[in-house]
Amino acid sequence: MNEPLSFYIHIPYCVRRCGYCDFNTYTPAELQVSEDLTKISNNHIDLLIAEADLARASVKTSAPIPTIFFGGGTPTLMEPSDLKRVLQHLEDKFGFAPDIEITIEANPDTVTKEKLAALREIGINRISFGMQSGVEHVLKVLDRTHNPANVSKATNWAKEVGFKEISVDLIYGAPAESIEDWQTTIRTALELPISHISAYALIVEAGTKLAGQVKRGEVVIPEDDQTADKYLIADESFSKAGFDWYELSNWSKAGSECRHNIAYWVGANWWGLGPGAHSHVDGVRFWNVKHPAAYQDRLTTGAEPIQEREILTEEQMASERLMLEIRLKSGIAKSSLTAEQLDALESFRIGGSLDPDMWAAQRVALTQSGRLIADRIVREILL
Amino acid sequence: MPAINLAKAPQPASTNPAQIRNFCIIAHIDHGKSTLADRMLGITEVVDSRNMRAQYLDRMDIERERGITIKSQAVRLPWRSGIDGQEYILNMIDTPGHVDFTYEVSRSLAACEGAVLLVDCAQGIEAQTLANLYLAMENNLTIIPVLNKIDLPAAQPDKFAAELAKLIGCEPEDCLRVSGKTGDGVVELLDQIVKQIPAPVGDPDAPARALIFDSVYDTYRGVVTYVRVIDGHLSTKDQIQMFSTGVRHEMLEVGVISPEPVVSKGLGVGEVGYVITGVKDVRQSRVGDTITTYHNPTKVALAGYKDPKPMVFSGLFPLDGAEYPMLREALDKLQLNDAALVYEPETSAALGFGFRCGFLGLLHMEIVRERLEREAGLSLISTAPSVVYRVVQDDGKEMIVTNPSEFPEGKIASVFEPIVRATVLAPSEFIGAIMELCQERRGTLLGMDYLSEDRVEIRYTLPLAEIVFDFFDQLKSKTRGYASLDYEPIGEAEGNLVKVDILLQSEGVDAFSAIVHRDKAYAYGVMMTTKLRELIPRQQFEVPIQAAIGSRIIARESIRAIRKDVLAKCYGGDISRKRKLLEKQKEGKKRMKMVGRVEVPQEAFIAALTTDADVDKAKAKK
Repeated sequence: MNEPLSFYIHIPYCVRRCGYCDFNTYTPAELQVSEDLTKISNNHIDLLIAEADLARASVKTSAPIPTIFFGGGTPTLMEPSDLKRVLQHLEDKFGFAPDIEITIEANPDTVTKEKLAALREIGINRISFGMQSGVEHVLKVLDRTHNPANVSKATNWAKEVGFKEISVDLIYGAPAESIEDWQTTIRTALELPISHISAYALIVEAGTKLAGQVKRGEVVIPEDDQTADKYLIADESFSKAGFDWYELSNWSKAGSECRHNIAYWVGANWWGLGPGAHSHVDGVRFWNVKHPAAYQDRLTTGAEPIQEREILTEEQMASERLMLEIRLKSGIAKSSLTAEQLDALESFRIGGSLDPDMWAAQRVALTQSGRLIADRIVREILL
Repeated sequence: MPAINLAKAPQPASTNPAQIRNFCIIAHIDHGKSTLADRMLGITEVVDSRNMRAQYLDRMDIERERGITIKSQAVRLPWRSGIDGQEYILNMIDTPGHVDFTYEVSRSLAACEGAVLLVDCAQGIEAQTLANLYLAMENNLTIIPVLNKIDLPAAQPDKFAAELAKLIGCEPEDCLRVSGKTGDGVVELLDQIVKQIPAPVGDPDAPARALIFDSVYDTYRGVVTYVRVIDGHLSTKDQIQMFSTGVRHEMLEVGVISPEPVVSKGLGVGEVGYVITGVKDVRQSRVGDTITTYHNPTKVALAGYKDPKPMVFSGLFPLDGAEYPMLREALDKLQLNDAALVYEPETSAALGFGFRCGFLGLLHMEIVRERLEREAGLSLISTAPSVVYRVVQDDGKEMIVTNPSEFPEGKIASVFEPIVRATVLAPSEFIGAIMELCQERRGTLLGMDYLSEDRVEIRYTLPLAEIVFDFFDQLKSKTRGYASLDYEPIGEAEGNLVKVDILLQSEGVDAFSAIVHRDKAYAYGVMMTTKLRELIPRQQFEVPIQAAIGSRIIARESIRAIRKDVLAKCYGGDISRKRKLLEKQKEGKKRMKMVGRVEVPQEAFIAALTTDADVDKAKAKK
């Protein structure tokens, strides 16, 4: 076995927290630090490098790294020179594949053309902007600060400084978002110089500011049926504009799929560096302690930062495979399913949830309406 | 000092009947009977203050919590009369106070010569008390009217003395006034019991005849049978025989309760006590039966024995199908102590394996269910209560239906349902509301009397089925809790009754079928279909919900197919979490009941079978 290892690199800092966000990220206020983030940045990179050494010691692959993904938080808060240090270290220890994909998430509000140029300069070749919506009142409900116009500016700068793979993230189904609002967002996104779109139905996560607002009745989450309509509208519009779905919530121009994310969905090996980051290596899932201070403690005392390990059983691996593959356009090979599972799928096939051409080609793949009930279908065939 | 040292008091088996007074206390649930009984135990010094606790005689937790007495008890109280200075033995027989246990009450009354009619003088007499008073009068008991709770600020003793006097035909000043709480007037009451209530009369030389007025299962001793000796004598030397069955039993122990069991040599004429025979099941020692001796049996049974007949039926199912054997075991155990409880296995397509149970009435049903849940730790779901219908088909074939799912499909000539005579007592301001409710429930007014200026007794005949379905809750809510209800079966009547089925995707759900009056079928159908539409989650396909009489659809709703059931995001950190969530949901699916292809969560069944009144009660408990 000489499986390549991808890297996810977590930057757990944001200038402020958005109302719907439950990610493992911290604002300077939450960390109770007064100094600027530069100092944190420098220190954080040292810790990531220390963890990369642990990864090197524990994973015996000689294959070069196929993909790297900087996520957050807000990775663009880091100095490009600091990010470069991690990249350099990983390249030194593991080697980079010639076609390596290196992605960074970016906040359209806080990037400058110079910053984008510097990011491109250090080898990052894919950038994903958190656009969320093209409608001001929706952005406000989502507690986002940016001006819709910033996205257009930022994506064009990215193109100008040489990024070929540019993606935007969209959120639909936010409180007070009408069908027309969503259509505006789609239209706005499709006018950008992009090759990839991720679009997610809003999930109200427990403990977020948004969850509190919903509970108190200050905002109302639109009905699922309307959100389902929005998915259908998005899928139609994107494919008409040349963006094909390749995963339930992801669309791209041909050849512009995010290879890093595909690695998650096909059960490849990856290592997550940083507080709270998850990893998967050969059927073992593990994740780091969540708080940056705890993470720092572990690494500076020479301990591993892993909080917990889960060794997957054959059955769990099979369950995960079903759960992930069914979200992909390629679907699940029928030959990997039991007669009982195929039997359980029959009503969905008749009900129009499964693609008949793919079925004939011995694969279980979802139609447009089938994608909207993917979890229900998985529950039926879970082992 | 009117109390007598126990050791020096007249002893069981050798007490002259002339020294005995047997009495019971007739009272409504919260009119203070248990408190008065506690006070009597204290004043006669059979329980010293150190050992005293509230509701001393009520054994079961459930009794103490609900403040009601389910099983009667008999306590021997020695007392020296303050009037003539003589020694007496007072046997206080505690009667159950609820409508469902009328037969048990009647047997307790038959064991007494007198009754204390205890009325809360802040509330006045209630319907069940009135019913029991009439029973006592039919049994020719001497009635001593007593107004309790005279210490309460809201007490209106004069008003209710007048009411009682009118009811039993005495003078208002004949009503004693006591406070069970403070003890005021209790000594006088004990003296009046001696003075007014006749001593028992019986033939000491005749073959033994003893009336069973209660029978209780005890884990350690087996069945403890409470008896009142009418003629002859029972002693430990005897073998006894049950008159109804002819079965012979060894006499293991005889004794009296004072108020803990005290073993004695025997029991003589007029005495009240207990016998233990080693019998393990109260059905072998039934209330109302006559005990005699095997060697010198009586030829004449005491009057009034009858088998308790269940009036209300309901299916009880364990929430967790695996608990079915535990439910069976718990019912078997309960039946040892409850001769009126009947049950047989029942299978419901919707609810799985359970039991069809018959009860004396609604309270009996509630008590049984609560005991099963509490004592056996079971979680149960019960179907809507049903009465006993007699169905005559077109071909003349006749059948008894206690379960709507057994209602015959073919042409039906007529259906007969049980009818009760209901008595409602309430302040007169609620007459309109009560009549409206009774009318709505297919009642026929029999008559109305004013008990006092502002209190009325309203009598109706009503189908029992109408009472069984949340009538009492409705009555209470329409009268701000002031009305009280009593009813007795008076026969059956033909009704325009139909079975309404509830169908999910054209499949009948047996647990939701109901036999209702034709005029109410539509309302029932709409109520159930609407409720189910709210309760059943959306499925992969559209689910029509219909209510039908036979093949005719009378109401319909539909649950739209689910359109969205997916989480949008699934990246590295989400994978474990999502797999666990799906596994949990899959586990949850196992608790779903399948009706055809429709998955119905158990909660939906429970909620659909729960009336709004139940929900209010559950809330009130919290």
